[in-house]
This record gives sequence, structure tokens and C-alpha cells, in this order.
Amino acid sequence: MKGWMGKIKALALMSFMAVLLTGCGKENLTALVPKGYGAEESMKLIILTTVIMGGVFLVVIVVLAYVLIRFRRKKGQENYIPKQVEGSKTLETIWTIIPIILVIIMAVPTTLISFDLADASDSKDHINIDVTGNQYWWHFNYQDEDIQTSQDLYIPVGEKVYLNMISSDVIHSFWVPSISGKMDVNPENTNTMYIEAYEEGVYWGKCAELCGPSHSLMDFKVIVVSKEEYEQWVADMKNYDPEKDEPESAVAKEGKDLFEENNCMACHAIGSSPVEVGPNLTNFGNRTKIAGFKEPTKENLVDWLKDPEEIKPGNLMTGKYPQLNDDEAEKIAEYLMQLKVTDVTPESVNN
Amino acid sequence: MSIAVSESSVKAQKRSIGAVLWDYLTTVDHLKIAHLYIFGGAFFFILGGIEALIIRIQLLVPENDFVTAGFYNEVITMHGTTMIFLAAMPILLGLMNAIMPLQIGARDVAFPFLNALGVWLFILGGLLLNLSWFFGGAPDAGWTAYAPLSTTSPGHGVDYYVMGLQLAGAGTLMSGINFLVTIINMRAPGMTYMRMPLFTWTTFITSILILFAFPALTVGLFLLQFDRMFGAAFFDVALGGNTIIWQHLFWIFGHPEVYILILPVFGAFSEIFSTFSKKRIFGYTSMIFATMLIAFLGFMVWAHHMFTVGMGPIANTIFSVATMAIAVPTGIKIFNWLATMWGGSVKLNSAMMWAIGFIPSFTIGGMTGIMVATVAADYQYHDTYFVIAHFHYTIVGGTVMGIFAGLTYWWPKIFGRVLNETLGQITFWTFFIGFHMTFFIQHFLGLMGMPRRYWVFLEDQGLDTGNLISSIGAFLMAVGVIVFIINAIYVWLKGEKAANDPWDGRTLEWTTASPPEHYNWKQTPLIRGLDCLWLEKTEGNGKMIPAHPLKDIHMPNGSILPFIMSVGFFIAGLGFIYQTDNKLWYIALFGGMAISLLAMLVRSVQDDLGHYITKEELKGEAE
Repeated sequence: MKGWMGKIKALALMSFMAVLLTGCGKENLTALVPKGYGAEESMKLIILTTVIMGGVFLVVIVVLAYVLIRFRRKKGQENYIPKQVEGSKTLETIWTIIPIILVIIMAVPTTLISFDLADASDSKDHINIDVTGNQYWWHFNYQDEDIQTSQDLYIPVGEKVYLNMISSDVIHSFWVPSISGKMDVNPENTNTMYIEAYEEGVYWGKCAELCGPSHSLMDFKVIVVSKEEYEQWVADMKNYDPEKDEPESAVAKEGKDLFEENNCMACHAIGSSPVEVGPNLTNFGNRTKIAGFKEPTKENLVDWLKDPEEIKPGNLMTGKYPQLNDDEAEKIAEYLMQLKVTDVTPESVNN
Repeated sequence: MSIAVSESSVKAQKRSIGAVLWDYLTTVDHLKIAHLYIFGGAFFFILGGIEALIIRIQLLVPENDFVTAGFYNEVITMHGTTMIFLAAMPILLGLMNAIMPLQIGARDVAFPFLNALGVWLFILGGLLLNLSWFFGGAPDAGWTAYAPLSTTSPGHGVDYYVMGLQLAGAGTLMSGINFLVTIINMRAPGMTYMRMPLFTWTTFITSILILFAFPALTVGLFLLQFDRMFGAAFFDVALGGNTIIWQHLFWIFGHPEVYILILPVFGAFSEIFSTFSKKRIFGYTSMIFATMLIAFLGFMVWAHHMFTVGMGPIANTIFSVATMAIAVPTGIKIFNWLATMWGGSVKLNSAMMWAIGFIPSFTIGGMTGIMVATVAADYQYHDTYFVIAHFHYTIVGGTVMGIFAGLTYWWPKIFGRVLNETLGQITFWTFFIGFHMTFFIQHFLGLMGMPRRYWVFLEDQGLDTGNLISSIGAFLMAVGVIVFIINAIYVWLKGEKAANDPWDGRTLEWTTASPPEHYNWKQTPLIRGLDCLWLEKTEGNGKMIPAHPLKDIHMPNGSILPFIMSVGFFIAGLGFIYQTDNKLWYIALFGGMAISLLAMLVRSVQDDLGHYITKEELKGEAE
């Protein structure tokens, strides 16, 4: 008997540990470890409702267990006829009133927090970034700075940043779980939300509204750096002049020529430009990922250039340019990988 | 048409397959139509289940390539659409069709012809939708078909979605109207509203929901159809359209729809708790008003599916608080069920086990329902696996468990056999454990950063273990379903004919034969109170008192016309889908419509007054 109990205990302990270890998920991705204002406010409500609802669940389970043990039909009771109770005004009133009270307890903070998170009255005083959702990448336009980036969004730590979001095609949804809850990115109207990160870091962003085959690959990053680094980054980006920037190595130079020959600039701008058909490549060498989710290695970039469809099904780059051979792809990759405009990179985080 | 009933049971043994087929194609009998709904629903349930397994195999390990991204989107779309429209709802309509007339002492539903039309529209609509697999790919914009992803989706997948659901939806709407008229007009003498069994009550309220909710879907689908097939621009932003309108229309239908799925099983559970506790339902009146309140509020909360759309804090919080309010009547029901068992003599057979298992499962679903209703927290939950977990806890933990409970409980009445208890227990435990394994962990996956409808999740994002557990659970659920199917086949082949009242029942359906004759009762019973059979058992001689002397019974004639009409619409549907490719398809469009309209004309001019089963025939039948 004791051995059996011991096993159960060990099993329970093990499963508890397993849940605990995997329970919170990956840092800077999970919503369960909030590191920004919106995520923190949401977490307050998550905890409040979980506690209240857990209490209700416990009551239901205890009553159910008691009923099953106490009133289970036992041998010899087959003909027992229980008293036919119609109901009870008192009891029914109790389990009407108590839920009403619980709902009110939850409704008040819900309302307050919702209004707080939607309050955009001070947007003029803060950084404003236009966000465009595209199948399957994100474009960021820093309104006052004439800076355009794609996929990597640099923001300063501890500051409110307003995002004015619209889609160029289907509906997407902008979600950086550790910093803030999500908001849809619609084609017909600009949705505004703000984010504020408490800690420096590279945060995962996800698209949360089904937008086509590569919906699950539409990842992006929010790179939160110190205020000084942010200012440095802005200055470097603004001062960058693509005309004056000649690649150092011969291979990269050839790559640049091929980039131009194949008319890549029709979609991809380098430097500040209103062109946003495809991702802006200004600071490409410092990107955290290729195609949003692949490690930023030259091999991955060559694979992407040669057959983007294989990596991101349904993307809009496939078939828009002449097929590249290994050599050409290598050269273009070399060129793109050396496009480093600033020393403020994802590695700057917490340095 | 009036065959001697005494011979019919003998004949049934010897009838050829062709005769059985013809019988079912032309039937207007509520029980046979229930069979069609249940078989059709079961077929699509298996199909939807296979789609679910494909999803779980794909998500077994990170960055899996079991299926391609495009195909994955087709599978998730069809899984949702199939399970809701072609599996859960038809099986529920089947249960209502079989049981509701028996519970109120009616011989059939009010419009038997319409009933047959409804079931054939569902079957052919479902087949039309699934044809897409073989002709260029299934719909891939999610079961919610949000514009502009749905309007711009290449190929004909979404066209099949529109036409298939339009047909099936029309069938459902007819059933809703039919049940309403039946319950209002065809109750036996003495069966007042406040004596109706709760399953009949929930059928009644569900039918009201169907009546008001489905037209919103029809309108939405028409707009989508015009956009896709006839160059309209309701959802085309470039031409001044608006995509959010689709979301509103869809959820004005879609939220009541989830109550259409859950309310009937609330009724079934009420019957089961009461029967197997040997007690009348606790708080009968408050149960009815709670159901009505849920149904009413169900129409007021649709925008809680749209908290992240950007409606602003005022709309968001109004819909949030309205949604939370639904917890109150739902809580009343849960506690009334517990109180029904309290002090009772609780028998734990497989039907009751489903009902017991339902309570914690659905309570979790309700809890997370409140949690996702909390606007600012929903910014995190929305469109993640948390939401997937939540609605599977309500739809599987509620509706599917309710379907298993209801089928187990009423199997003797519908198919004339009692399901095997051992196999029933195996089904319950594998399904119940598998269900919680699959979906409980998904609450955490969602909050850990896994959005829904993800073809792959990436390596090293802390999502591996959870997804693995979830996939294993899905296979356990599949085992449970397979055992249930084996059980059904086993008792059909080997089982003994069920007694009229195998559970010591309390309501009217247990006074008929198992299965009932097609006229249900020789003499309509007189109802003297709530739980009328129980009343006769405890205060009378255990038999219903006839409301009238033996007399001729008027019954409707069978007809092939509902099937022909449905086939016509099916062909027209294909015409609608393909006329964008080639104008020749207009032949199918107009030809199909012509077939249906002609069949309607025939029905309109034909004098079909039904037939009588005479007193003599009824007397001649062996007791």
C-alpha cells in the first residue's frame, strides 16, 4: 500500500515540476512573464480572473465529489426512491447572487484597464511609428525621423511608443506577448496602440490573425535598447546615404551590381525611401533573422534568394525576379550581409 | 401505402438493400430522418476527426513538414467547418428529431415534408463542401472566413464553403421553424409548457436561436458569394468596401451558434441527471428561465470575438460585461444539476458518466469563457491556443460529451438496442482522459506565445512538450471514438432488442416501443404532470392514460421530392461555383434551379392528403 502511494506521490511531484518548468515558456516570448506595460496590465486581470474562477471550480468539484461518494447507488438500494425535491428558493437565490457579485468584482478592473490601455490622448508627446502589415512581413516607418525598417523594430526602453497600424492586404494582428497584448491590423482603418517595454531585450513578435499559408512564419522582433543607444541608432539611420556607401570587398561590389541588374530596388529600398513593396533592406546586415525566422547566416540568405517559396510558402517575392544561380545568389548575399549602418545592433542590448 | 403494421416488422427483416435505400430516400418519418441526421453527422464527425489528427500530427514536433502550409490551412478550415456545421449540429438535430416528438406526445413533427427537405439539404450541402477536396482544394480562410483573406483566396475552395454552407444552413433553418411549430401546436392533451421535459424546452429555445441567428449567416454568405462570383465589392477596401462588416455578420450568427450547440445538450444532461439520480430535476422553472436568459444574452455578445479589431474601449467593455453576465444563468444550471444529484440514488452507468464528466469539463470551459471575456486580458488570449482550448472545452467538453451522453441514453429509443456498458465505459475513460490531455495544456501554450492556426511552431520556443502532450491526447480521443463505433456495430449485430423503458425513465418517450412504431402511440397519452411517466409509476398503474378512444391515425405519405429538390440545389451550387470559369456552367446553374423549382411546383399542385392507419389495423397488432 505504501509503495503504491509513494509512486503516486513521486508521479504527482514529477508532473508538477514538469508543468512548472515548461509552464512559463520562453523568456521574451511568453505572456506569462510580462516585461511591458500592456502585458503587465493584462497579467493583473489574468491572475484576478484565474483566482476567482479557480475558487468557483473548486466549489463545484468538492460538491461533485461529495455527491458521488455520498449518494452513489449502492448494492441493495436499487429500489430506494429518493425524496422528489422541487427546488429551493434560498439555495437558488444564493447561487444567483454570488456569481453576480463575482462578475461585478471582475467587471470593474476590466473596464478601468481597458479604458487605460485605449487612452491615446498623449500620442503627440511620444514616438510614433507607422506599422504596415504585409503578407508575410512587417514594415515600420518612424514618422518624424524619415527612417524605414522592416522586421526589426527598435524602440527605447521605458518609453511609450505609439504604433499606428494598417494592412496593405489581408488582416494581420500585431502581437509581442511579453510586452503587450495584440491588436488587429486592418486594411481599412488605422488602429493605434502603444507599447512600453520595461527591460532591454530582443522580444519575439507574432502575427496572430490567419493571413495565408505563411501566417505562422510572419515573426518579427522588437529590439528594446537604452535611450542613448536608441538616439545613436536614429542618428546613424538618418545619416546613412546609400549613394555614398560602396561595398569594400569585390564580391560584394559584384553583388551590388547584380542587385541593380535584377531590378531588386523596384521592391526593396536601401536607405530612406517611400518604397515599401518589399522589406526595406537598409540595415540588413544587423537583422536578427532572415525571412523573419531563419538564423541570419549567409547560407540561409542564399537559400532564400534562390527559392523563397521553399522557405515561406505563398510569399510575394517568388517569381518576381529572374532565377538566380548559386554564384549570383552568393554575391547578392555577400552584398546584403555587409549592409550595416549602425553599431547599435541586437547585441547592444544590455551592454 | 397503408401496409399492415403487424407484418411490417417481419418484412423489415427481409427487405432488400434497394428497398431500404428507397425507404430512406422517401421517408418523412421523424425517427428515420433522425437516423439520417445521425448517420450523416457521424460520417462527417469521423471526417472532421481525421482532419483533427492531421493537425495534431503536424504539430507533434517543431517545424514539422507532414503537410504543406497551404494544405494545413485547408485542413484547419475544414476541421472547424465540418465539426460545427456537419457533425455537431446534425447529430443534435437528429436527437431532437427522434426524441422531441416522443416527449410531447406527437406522432411526427409539424411539417414532415420540410423535415425531409432539411436533412437532404444538410447531406448534400456537406457533400458539396467536401467535393472541394477533389476539385482544386478545400477552403483555406479558416472556418470564420474573414474577408479579405476569403474574398482573395485563389481557386474555388471558398466558393465551395459559401455554397455548401448556404445549402446546409437553409436545411437547419427549416428544422428550427419546424420544431417551433411542432412544440407550439402538437403537444398531447395536458402537456402544458411547464410540464414539458427540459430536452424539449431546450429544443424549443434552440429553435428560436436558429430562427434568428441563421439569417445573419445567410446574408453574410450572400455578400461573400456576390464578391467572389459576381464582382461585387462589399468587402473590397479599395472599392470602398469594409472587411469588418463580415466579422460582425459572421459573429451575429456565430455567437448564438455556440448556444445552438450547447443548449440542446444542457437539456439532454438534465434528463440524464434526473433519471439516473431517481429524482426530479432541481429547480425546473429556474432551469427554463436560465436557458432563456442564456439564449437572450447570447445575441447581445457577438463582438466579444472582436475585442482586438479596434472597436474602442466603450464597445469593448459593454460586450465584455454582457458576456460575463452569461456566467450567472450558466452557474444556476451547474448548481441545479449538482442539487439534482444531491440526496438522490446516483447510478454511474456510461450515460451518467458522460454527464458527470461534463460538469468539471464544462465548468473549466465556462471559467475560461469569463477569462476571455475580460477585454484587456483577452488582448493576450485572443487568437491563441488559449482560445482554442477554451472553445474545445465548451464544444467537446459540453456538446460532444452531451452527444455521447444523449446517444447512449436514447440509443434504445432510436435504434432499439442498449449499448454495451463495458465498451461504453472504455469510450468514456479514453475520450475523457484524451480530451483533457489534448486541450488543458493548450491554455498554457497560448499564453506562452503560440497563436492559433499556426502551420508550424518554431524550435526552441518552449512549445515542444506542450504540443507533444496535446497530440498524444488527440489519439486517445480517437481511440474512444473508434470503440464507440465498434460498440454501435456490435449491439446492432449481436445486441438484444431493448425494452421500452430500460432506464426506469420519467418522461413520455419511454412509454413507446423501442424503437417506436412510425405512428408512435396507438392512442395519444394524457399528460397529468411534469415527469408524466414517473407520475403514473408512483401515483397510477405505471401506464399512461389514453387521451382518446382508439381511432384512425392520420399519417403523412413519403415523398422523393425533398431529395430531388436538394439534388437540384446541389447542381445549381456547382453551377454558381464554376460559372466564373466558363459560361457553360450556367446550364448547371439554371438546370439545377429548374429541377428544384419544378419539384416545388409538383409538390404545390399535387393533392397529397396522407394516409390513415385504421382502427382495425391497430387492433390487429399484437400487444
